[in-house]
Formats: sequence, C-alpha cells, structure tokens
Amino acid sequence: MEAFTGLTAIFFAAIFTNNILLTNYLGMCSFLGVSREVKTSIGLGAAVVFTMAFTSALNWLVYYYVLIPMHLGHFRFIVFIIVIAAFVQVVEMIIERVSEPLYNALGIFLPLITVNCAILGVCLFMLIRDYTFAESFIYGFGSGIGWMLAILAMAGIRQNMKRSKVPKGLEGPGITLIIAGIMALAFMGFSGMINI
Amino acid sequence: MLLALVISIGAMCAISAVLAIIMVIAESTIGNYGEVSISINDGDKKIDARGGKPLLTTLKEANVFIPSACGGRGSCGLCKCKVKSGAGEIMPTELPWLSEAEKADHVRLSCQLKVKGDLQVEIDPALLYVREFRTTVVGLVNLTHDIKQLTLKLDDPNSMDYKAGQFVQIETPVYERTDEPVYRAYSMSSVPSSKNTIEMEIRLVPDGICTTYVHKYLKVGDKMTVNGPYGEFHRSENDRHMICIAGGSGMAPLKSILYDMREKGINRKATYFFGAKSKRDLFLLDEMKQLERDMPSFTFIPALSAPDAEDKWEGETGLITNIVDCHTEDLSNAEAYLCGSPFMIDACIVVLKKHGMPEANIFYDKFS
Repeated sequence: MEAFTGLTAIFFAAIFTNNILLTNYLGMCSFLGVSREVKTSIGLGAAVVFTMAFTSALNWLVYYYVLIPMHLGHFRFIVFIIVIAAFVQVVEMIIERVSEPLYNALGIFLPLITVNCAILGVCLFMLIRDYTFAESFIYGFGSGIGWMLAILAMAGIRQNMKRSKVPKGLEGPGITLIIAGIMALAFMGFSGMINI
Repeated sequence: MLLALVISIGAMCAISAVLAIIMVIAESTIGNYGEVSISINDGDKKIDARGGKPLLTTLKEANVFIPSACGGRGSCGLCKCKVKSGAGEIMPTELPWLSEAEKADHVRLSCQLKVKGDLQVEIDPALLYVREFRTTVVGLVNLTHDIKQLTLKLDDPNSMDYKAGQFVQIETPVYERTDEPVYRAYSMSSVPSSKNTIEMEIRLVPDGICTTYVHKYLKVGDKMTVNGPYGEFHRSENDRHMICIAGGSGMAPLKSILYDMREKGINRKATYFFGAKSKRDLFLLDEMKQLERDMPSFTFIPALSAPDAEDKWEGETGLITNIVDCHTEDLSNAEAYLCGSPFMIDACIVVLKKHGMPEANIFYDKFS
C-alpha cells in the first residue's frame, strides 16, 4: 500500500506540482511551436507521453545495468541522448510501417521530440531523485501527461485568442510566453499539495 | 588511470555500436519497403527506386529535380506535385500548404510524402527532362555561307531524352565579346533516337555573341555546356496533313521532326515549304530529296525569293507566303508547323487562316 501511494504521489506530482513544462520550463520550443491547434497538440502531447514513459524506463535500465557497473555514470548525458534518439527513430519506423492513421496522428511528431529537452530532463530528474524502475516509469508517464495538459491548455487559449486583438509587438511567441508565465503562476497554486 | 580511460572510451564505443547496429537492423527490416516503381506523367518516365524515403529525395536520386527552398523540411511548401495513386492520406504536416482545391486534386508536398509503394505522380514535364550536359564538339560543318551545323557528343550525362522539335540552350563561355557566360536557345535538328549526339543548325547573326562564338571561335574537340531539352514545339499525334514552313535555320526542328517520322515509319501526308533568298542559302537538298523517296506522302518545295542570275533556278520563285498560297487549297483539316523569323511566321499564319486552317492547328517556333 505504501508503495502504491508512493507511485500515485509521484504520478500526480509530475502532472501538477512539478509540471515539467510550467515549473521547470523544459520542452519550451515545441510547446511554443506546435500549440496553435488543439488537434495537433493532442498528437504531440500523446507522442511526448509515450516517449517520456518508455525512455525514462529504458534509460533507467541503461544507467543502472550498463553505466554504473562500468563506472561510466558521468557519460549519462550523452548516452541518454543517443538512447532517446535511437528509441524514437525505431518507434517511428514501426508506427509508420504498422498503422498509417497512428503515424499521421502521432508518428510525425516523434522526430520533433527527439530534441525535446523535457525528455532528457525527466531522465536526469529520475536519477537525482533516486527513483526505482517502477517509479521512473510512472514519473516519466506522469510528466508526459503534465506536458500534454500544459500544451493542450495553451492550444485552447491560443485558439480562442485568434478572435482577440493582440498588440502588434506581442503577436506570436511574445503573447504565448506571457500566457505560459500566467499558466505557470496558476500551477504554483498546486505546490505543496504533494511533496516528492 | 590510463586503463580507466581506455575502458570508458571502449564502453562508449560499444554502446554507440550496439545502438547503431539496432538502427541498421531496424532500417533494413522495419524501414525496408522494397523496390517500388514511380510512374511520372502517365508513364512518360518510370523510376525504379527503393522505398522508404520521401518522394522528393527519391526523385532527386533519379535526377528529377523538384524545386524546394527548404530542402525537404516541409517549411516552404514549394515541392508540390500531383500524386494520382499510391499516396495514402494527406499528412498533418502538409495541411498548412494545401488549399481545398489542391487537396481535391491530389496535390501533395513531395518532401513529406514517404514512398512506401508504387506511385503515379504528375509533375511539370519541363522539370522532368531538363538537365545540364557536358559535351564535346565532334562536328562543325558549313551548310551554307552563314549556317553551320554543330554536332555535340554528350559526355556527362551521356544521353538525352527529347522530342523531335525541342531545343537546348548553349552556354557561350567568357570570350572577347562577353564578360559573362551567355545562354542562347537553338533547336535540335538531330533525331531523338540518337541520344548520345545532338545537332544544331546555327546561323551567323552579325554581332551575335553566341553565333559569332560558334562560327569564329569554336573548334572540333572543344568542350561545351548545354542544358535542356525545352519547348512545346513537336509533332502532334494525328493524321492531319502537315504543312511545314521554314526559312534559314528554321530547317533544324523540322528536319528533326521529319527524320523522326521516317524512322518511325509514319507515312503521314506532309508538305514542306522552305524559303531562302538565293541558291547559296539552300542546304540539305539531297537529304530532303532522299526523304521524298523514303516517304511517299512527303513533298519538299524549296522556294527562292531573289535567285541570282547564275543560280539557273528552275524551282519556285517568290515569297514563301505566295508559294504556300498557290500550293494549298482547303486547309481546314490540316496542321501547320512554322519555324523561322517572327516576321515570316506572322505572314504565314495570315495565309494559313485564309485557307481555313483553325488557329489551334498552327504550331510555331519563332526564332528571334
């Protein structure tokens, strides 16, 4: 029971109190770039959820079973990045082969994610926080959902904003960053609810 | 210390190698779509390629260049082409670039569309065949006092697919008369089946940069760069009577068209009016006579507008327009192929229309 609450706590903390995007400001580039439409945001969000969950688990295995025994822990940055890149590539190929609708909905966003710092961030946080394998997976999964939630909220706001007048100098990324800041303030309201 | 360094380097290499091997295996199993064939413009050109790459890249590897400014990242929207079958659903990355009409017309962004099976695509025919060729001059013969026949052997690439009647652009390099390379278009007089050599008839234009270069500077063995083929002037496929009219170096595309017909055994009724000033401006008479013997329905009518006394000319005399006027009757079901100066062509069109030829049946190549 104890372990379960631990996992649940990590899951919800990753979504709300420690939202990777709105508290750590990681993964901003695709957040700003692909948040124009709710539909595409769902696709990108889903791809992030999938990649974060599985690469954090994969990198956990690589770190504890390959790098630590070989005393190569300091290489984790490089190794994590190439593991993420290779994993994403292979998954993209499989999706493309297997299902065209799934590829259209999700696969095309995978290459974008390879260079998403949030993915690497999650892998590094799981080491700093000494998570177990299960915890890492749940943490990655939760962080992905948190990221998706943030980009969906942003896309919703931006879609509604199409009808509103934005001062010329603030159009595009300017107003988006301001919105992101206000959203981050709102998410601060969650802090302290769950401690991890 | 050194050992630890070696071990860590070795381990890193091993990890990278393992990942690379996984990628290679994935590429050759999951990412392998086998051999596909791409048919361009209803089979005008067929490409056999390995699937798995974007259409833009696949075409580029087969030397078909679709313009793209961003290099295939899907951010310029230039590399559009029509994919009639085999493409699948439009990808979300293409949507911003396609209008509703284009979506309905099967237009796709070739850099986003991955080739996974046989495709039927449609692209601008001009893009399909235009190439740059390195060539060597193998023949430079005087046809008349001011027209030279230039023969080029194609070195790289070594063959050109073109239609009889099309033209190429010749690059005149920097020489006394020009500070920068100059490009001029010349019709090919060779038969398309001779893919390795092309032939042009180039008339010396006083003070012309390119023609002076060809006439006064160029030697057999020199290298030349040409690009092409271009042009919409070619024989249309039907049985209508062909009225061909040319003057001077306007001979070139018509010779190509007629020789092509002889080679293909097309015995279509054709009359060729060739206008020149005096006898010294006439050329290829023997070849045209031979053509008359080989193609029973073909008639060659040379005409001189101002024969010299010593020419002893017994053939037609007068302006080419008058000759055409005399020798033709109802042309409502005939086609005309005109080559020469704009002045001559405009005058001929008037005559042809007078004989009832519909404007849609008049094809011309103005040499200006």
